[in-house]
Amino acid sequence: MQLSRENLLAAYRRMATIRQFEERLHEEIKTGEIPGFTHLYCGQEAAAVGVCSHLDDADMIVSTHRGHGHCIAKGCDVIAMMKEIYGKRDGLCKGRGGSMHIADISIGMLGANGIVGAGAPQAVGAAIASSQDGPDERGRLKVAIAFSGDGACNQGTTFEAMNMAVVLQVPAIFVFENNHYSEHTGYRYAVGTGGDIASRAEAFGMKVWRADGCDFFATQAAMAELLDHVRSGGGPAAIELDTERFYGHFEGDPQRYRGPGEIDRIRATRDAIAIFRDRALPAGLVTAGELDAIDVEVSALIDQAVVEARSAPKSQPEDVLEDVYAEY
Amino acid sequence: MAVMTVREAINRTLHDEMERDPNIFVLGEDVAGGAGTEGGQEAIGGIWGTTEGLIGKFGPKRVIDTPISESAIIGAAAGAALAGKRPVAELMFADFIGVCADQLINQIAKFRYMFGGNTSCPVVVRLIYGAGMNAAAQHSQAFYNLLTAVPGLKVALPTTPADAKGLLTEALRGDDPVMFFEHKALYSRKGEVPDGDHRVPFGHARMVREGGDVTIVALGRMVSFAEKAVDGLAAEGIGCDVIDPRTTSPLDEEAILDSVEQTGRLVVVDESPPRCSMAADIVAIVTEKAFSCLKAPPRMVTAPHTPIPFSRELERAWLPSPERIAKAVQETLRWG
Repeated sequence: MQLSRENLLAAYRRMATIRQFEERLHEEIKTGEIPGFTHLYCGQEAAAVGVCSHLDDADMIVSTHRGHGHCIAKGCDVIAMMKEIYGKRDGLCKGRGGSMHIADISIGMLGANGIVGAGAPQAVGAAIASSQDGPDERGRLKVAIAFSGDGACNQGTTFEAMNMAVVLQVPAIFVFENNHYSEHTGYRYAVGTGGDIASRAEAFGMKVWRADGCDFFATQAAMAELLDHVRSGGGPAAIELDTERFYGHFEGDPQRYRGPGEIDRIRATRDAIAIFRDRALPAGLVTAGELDAIDVEVSALIDQAVVEARSAPKSQPEDVLEDVYAEY
Repeated sequence: MAVMTVREAINRTLHDEMERDPNIFVLGEDVAGGAGTEGGQEAIGGIWGTTEGLIGKFGPKRVIDTPISESAIIGAAAGAALAGKRPVAELMFADFIGVCADQLINQIAKFRYMFGGNTSCPVVVRLIYGAGMNAAAQHSQAFYNLLTAVPGLKVALPTTPADAKGLLTEALRGDDPVMFFEHKALYSRKGEVPDGDHRVPFGHARMVREGGDVTIVALGRMVSFAEKAVDGLAAEGIGCDVIDPRTTSPLDEEAILDSVEQTGRLVVVDESPPRCSMAADIVAIVTEKAFSCLKAPPRMVTAPHTPIPFSRELERAWLPSPERIAKAVQETLRWG
């Protein structure tokens, strides 16, 4: 797919939104106002946006505990997300889910998930639904994407899901974001194939792609090919995206497992935003001024989100009992 | 009214409801049976016979034979439900919740709440349970207590063909996840089943017998054991209320408390070990809410705190029996 100017600006806006959302949370968490565990997506922006830039609301994704980036890339309301993370009653999930459980079914965001590896079978189920519905008027199947990390790729659920997707030949896509750490453990240790995740998907009988998950253009191009295959009924597929995690497993992680200068190095050489600028600007499709202007607009949006989230009404004790069942 | 077995009632309800609602589909191990074999699809029709004939009518897109992958079966059901479908997943043996517990207790049960009520997850999981077939410790357990303890799940355990139809229809038309427990030793039980639309609302117990001296609450297959015990006790002039809760979540506390308020005596019969069982739960509810009515300590008739043994003699000894139920009733009557 040839990227238009509008495509590029939209992709940059989403990536910048993820980056600023997460960098701001990193600061705000220190105030103690945000409860619970938070896992930041900084460093992986090109992966989420490179994948989701091809999707529309009918396509579905299942996310992870590190899900803010997937939510923003799929189009969740940023202010409602911020309110949710602050635990407010008019947050996207009424303050009941929090950082790890953001969902907006209406736009195909089937949920972030606190259990590592739980999402892959759910994406297969969503793909079964798509397969039952059949192709749309453009002759395309809706796709269901499971985002998994190099940690989740070791869960049995992921293996079961890959096998079932191949057996049933449903339009499921397994996106493996290898950020090199499953919690605090290195992928070369924990992924028994010498760190190669895509080869596992291949062994299950899927067509696989590999791309630089810090490079929007590389991810986007690989996903375009992959989606052509899956949407036209070619069966499930997988992609491994090599990416980086700029922060710890969770906020507060002292990251003693990092090598000397590692974080400075990946920030200097593997920054998805910088790589986007380096590649987009020389091509002359967009200007630095346009991207700078987006940065300013996004910054204002994140400011507004934090201000609104902080002042939003708190949940009330009686809200505890709502929404357990449709009817009981 | 037609007379049929529990097995037939479940099978016909699946046929009828799948006919009515194109969003309903079934998935599980061998629900059609025979995929990828020389014998071909529908060689089996489900090992319990409950899904027989479905694939012929609805095809492999709505009757899905899966690999042996319980986590993926239940996980796929969860995802399909979020995507707008109404999956009916079969766990060939309820014991296998040990394999897929995460998808049941952390996923399906929680989506609606965690996501702020923005979705429902109308999955029906059919779990085949119960002792009595010498299937030993890993294929016989009555785990409805475990899932009753999880907020967000509903739990049904029909004991008659009519209730099998009524409760399954209700499950398939509601928007909540339902754990539908089918006792393997009750599949061949016959009874009258209302024609046409027959729904049994959850949280409404069935009054099986009215006797007035002692309240017996019995779960699942234990209802028929209690009936046997009560027949014997009637000869001694002892009359019992026998209550089949039909669903344990929600639980019809009112029916149980109303009866105990009349009788003052309670025996709960449960085909599972006693600790943290439905029996213990019901005794606790009655003790807390109707203490002043009690004339005798409530009694639990349960299996012992052991795994389920294999041999005929041992399994029979493990299960509650009509004799033990009768004895418990008599003992409650010795108090004032």
